[in-house]
Amino acid sequence: MSRSLAPLIALFALAVLYALPAIAPRAMVQDLFGILTLLVLAMNWNLLAGFAGLVSVGQQAFVGIGAYAMFAAIILMGLDPLVGVVIGGIAAAIFAIPMAFFAFRLNGAYFAIGTWVVADIARLAISQWKALGGGTGTSLPKGTAKEMAFVDGIKEMLDVSTAAAADALTYWLMLSLAVAMLVASYVFLRSRMGLGLQAIRDNENAARSVGVDPLKLKAAVFLLTAFATGLCGALAFIQITRVTPDAAFSVIDWTAFVIFITVIGGIGTLPGPIVGVVVFYALQRALADYGTIYLIVLGCLGIAVMLFARRGLWGLFTDRTGIDPLPLRHRPPRAATPSHSA
Amino acid sequence: MTILSLRSVSKSFGALKVTDDVSFDVQPGEALGIIGPNGAGKSTLFNLITGNIAPDQGQVFLDGRDVTRTPPMQRVVAGVGRSFQIPQPFGDLTVYENLLVAARFGGGMGGREAGLFCMDILDRTGLGAVAEKKAGGLSLLQRKRLELARAMATRPRVILLDEIAGGLTDGECVELVATIRAIHAEGTAIVWIEHVLHALNSVVERLMVLNFGRMLMIGAPDAVMASAQVREIYLGIEA
Repeated sequence: MSRSLAPLIALFALAVLYALPAIAPRAMVQDLFGILTLLVLAMNWNLLAGFAGLVSVGQQAFVGIGAYAMFAAIILMGLDPLVGVVIGGIAAAIFAIPMAFFAFRLNGAYFAIGTWVVADIARLAISQWKALGGGTGTSLPKGTAKEMAFVDGIKEMLDVSTAAAADALTYWLMLSLAVAMLVASYVFLRSRMGLGLQAIRDNENAARSVGVDPLKLKAAVFLLTAFATGLCGALAFIQITRVTPDAAFSVIDWTAFVIFITVIGGIGTLPGPIVGVVVFYALQRALADYGTIYLIVLGCLGIAVMLFARRGLWGLFTDRTGIDPLPLRHRPPRAATPSHSA
Repeated sequence: MTILSLRSVSKSFGALKVTDDVSFDVQPGEALGIIGPNGAGKSTLFNLITGNIAPDQGQVFLDGRDVTRTPPMQRVVAGVGRSFQIPQPFGDLTVYENLLVAARFGGGMGGREAGLFCMDILDRTGLGAVAEKKAGGLSLLQRKRLELARAMATRPRVILLDEIAGGLTDGECVELVATIRAIHAEGTAIVWIEHVLHALNSVVERLMVLNFGRMLMIGAPDAVMASAQVREIYLGIEA
């Protein structure tokens, strides 16, 4: 019963999320945009740390480079912001190549620190870029969001202000990016490469002995997540409309929150980041009147989960109930298992 | 045509020469046993064949092709399968998935074909009943069987077994030897390091003795075991 119900619930939730700009106040759309941004980042970090064993603390490098490439595309080249977003993703993926050459020489904690250092070098380098405001940053030219492709159409369709239409557009794009990430992660992890990745996670030496090339697989994940993280960062900063090196390369905003969300939800599980982001959002709402106290609660919750439930809330849930709507297991073909009738 | 061939292979760790000018050939379908006291360089020899360690001198040939500089992953694809002395399962994956990784990567097989192939191996190695169990929860015998089954799933032309009978009870050992015999009967070449001599000698056609990294002797098991030098060096230490 639960197996047939789960997809229906998911589809309904998705339909509500897509309809939101038409039925909910603008503030809520903006709120959810921020949450979806964190979700996309968390799904990427989960792929890296939870499945490829690459505990990166430098994901803010890709957010920042994506954002700055997007700003450069708009301000210096006069391109449409949506084209700028794609350029942001590509720029982040290109930056990931030399970064991988450096960081892949390091293991474990050294990899984590190495990626952080590279991200900070990128921040310092970008703050020398005078055409984009140097250390103080720059804003999108007035009217950029209004002139974005599709905004006029959305404005008429929803009968809202231009600014609200621009918010709706970026919201839908971020929501679509999150859905695409989920589907792509599922397909990837169920594929031959995903299987190899899980083998590497369990025992890298043994994986090599059965023909898996760990470096190749890890590099593929690193580049793909850099691309998606760059897209996400660029999109996020269209809505923010102003970029500074400190904001775009913030390790707290773009990596630390993301790590907590993933760990609380369930690192190394596909739905983990979704659960984590819901908890994060709920805490933020519930404790909104107490200032940043929700961060303290979030931190304590993160520590508790690390100590007592290493596969997060989602891991607890699947262990207790046996329900897993997105299983990564490969089942044997039935014909050859006479002992297995089910 | 030899399937595996080593030519004057040497390897030192610092001042210690662990492999000293070793040359031998393995014919397709042949079973070769390797014995020698602890520290004789047996496992290092395997690592030189699989490419986990690069030799200081000499060459390794697979199917007549020089693979001395070929990385380990490609040697697996080229037909070298390997079981570890201490079992190294993918603990969070199921037994079936352990084999599936090997078949899809080392064996280069497609999804559907690989699935049936792996189930066939699991049935033949007595692991069919635990196919969907996590490999981390297996008993020692099952882990040893999994090492063998996973190596077979890479579709090797020569399979390297490192002390696979060690630590098993007599009954378990007999079962495992029967499985290894069956693999041998299908034409897979075997190179087998083992201390359990009765198990080894019931399978192999030739026996090689290593001592201090040097090949002391190679030949028919009976002749090798009868040699006074071998009895002194090897059996003397064992007894």
